[in-house]
Amino acid sequence: MKGWLRQDGRKGIRNIVAVVYLVECAHHVAREIAHPDRENGVHLVGFPGCYPNPYARKVMERICTHPNVGAVLLVSLGCESFDRAGLAQAVAASGRPVETLIIQQAGGTRRTIEAGRDAVARMRSVLDAQVPVPMDVSELVVGTICGGSDATSGLTANPAMGRAFDLLVEAGAACIFEETGELIGCEGAMVPRAVTPELGHEIAESVSKAARYYATLGYGSFAPGNADGGLTTIEEKSMGAYAKSGASPISGLLKPGDVPPHGGLYLLDVVPDGEVRFGFPNISDNAEIVELMACGAHVTLFSTGRGSVVGSAIAPVIKVCANADTYRRLSDDMDIDAGRILEGRGTLDGVGREVFELILDVADGAPTASEAMGHQEFILTYKSFEPAGPACLPARAA
Amino acid sequence: MHTASVDGVAAQPLSALLVLETADNVGVALRPLAAGESIAPGVTAAADIGFGFKVALREIARGQKIVKYGVSIGSATHDIAAGARVHLENMTSDYTVTHLRGGELSA
Repeated sequence: MKGWLRQDGRKGIRNIVAVVYLVECAHHVAREIAHPDRENGVHLVGFPGCYPNPYARKVMERICTHPNVGAVLLVSLGCESFDRAGLAQAVAASGRPVETLIIQQAGGTRRTIEAGRDAVARMRSVLDAQVPVPMDVSELVVGTICGGSDATSGLTANPAMGRAFDLLVEAGAACIFEETGELIGCEGAMVPRAVTPELGHEIAESVSKAARYYATLGYGSFAPGNADGGLTTIEEKSMGAYAKSGASPISGLLKPGDVPPHGGLYLLDVVPDGEVRFGFPNISDNAEIVELMACGAHVTLFSTGRGSVVGSAIAPVIKVCANADTYRRLSDDMDIDAGRILEGRGTLDGVGREVFELILDVADGAPTASEAMGHQEFILTYKSFEPAGPACLPARAA
Repeated sequence: MHTASVDGVAAQPLSALLVLETADNVGVALRPLAAGESIAPGVTAAADIGFGFKVALREIARGQKIVKYGVSIGSATHDIAAGARVHLENMTSDYTVTHLRGGELSA
């Protein structure tokens, strides 16, 4: 496996030019800049809001200094409130080429697109001349989510991905699972897995925060349809999602933008702190993928039963299909057929091993299904978080 | 693009039950099961049981935990025989009652 070495010591498995719109008003111009080179390692990301938000600022900085990103072009309308100078400074300080185009100063749409394409070409030639260095599994950060779930997700894809997580953690990699709102009822199982009792307490607190938050939003977390499909209790439903975490000890509790300090298994707390503001914690699956990338995830494992087709900008998404019928229908979009376990054509351990090996292939440059078809979804919205407390990341025993 | 690889184990005849962890006292029906059919060594389906539903792998006494994924997913509200379906009729959440259609509660 090879990676591109960054100044902070992390290594990227891709070497991407990120074109970043800093407000929706700059989205079209940024997209036009990136579009001709979208299959040539130039990806579009952005934040649509005109009002400032420290969370969005932090996540965008983490995305622009993500190990898979080699250079950054910022595209600003000019009057939005995003701290473009601060972001450009942070990217420059990370050792990456960075340029900023301000549409109002550059002469409007057409001239900014021309200037942007020139800038991208310069950056691309710099990155294409860079030589990757050897990279070890222990330097990988891997995230996991589920989306478009059905009754099979918790039986096949999620536990198989959990086994892949165990293999990764054993090899020294950092693995991140998330969505505390779907872990209600799992605290009893999760807390004893924490490496310290204090961390266990923080994990239990993060789940009760999620329960309060979703209760305020008026969520029912267990639908009658779940019982029709054979699920009986909320803890059973949650365990289906929780199975993604595998069986390793839990080394820390992260908030979006916190990078794991060393290998091990981490829980990402995605539910905002404080009173309910700005609506739903994550409005769609890609918002969760963006938060995992903000924590440094090089690759995201995505389990789906009904059949999601999304990928992501910046970091490849590996689609693990839980349902064999869905796999047959959407095979172009899927990387792994975990549903075959239910047809007696595979085991959880076998599929877990296959997921693990595919992660290594993808880290070595093999494109995932969504990546090969040009999926580069990205969404970042308003949220608010308090910094994680000291108990959330216990020092590792020597 | 990636092609699914073979597990290294020969494909087995379609088994009736998936047992996720060794500590589990329930398995999951991998296809509709017929009453009286042998579904695991020493376990016979006590009734017709639908795909995705839980089946007791051994006797579970009232008050004992139902274990799936290696952890408790609730408690038995009745004595459950090996081979019986394990669902709303004989188990309950240790957290919240399960809401069914029409405002009915499972507890």
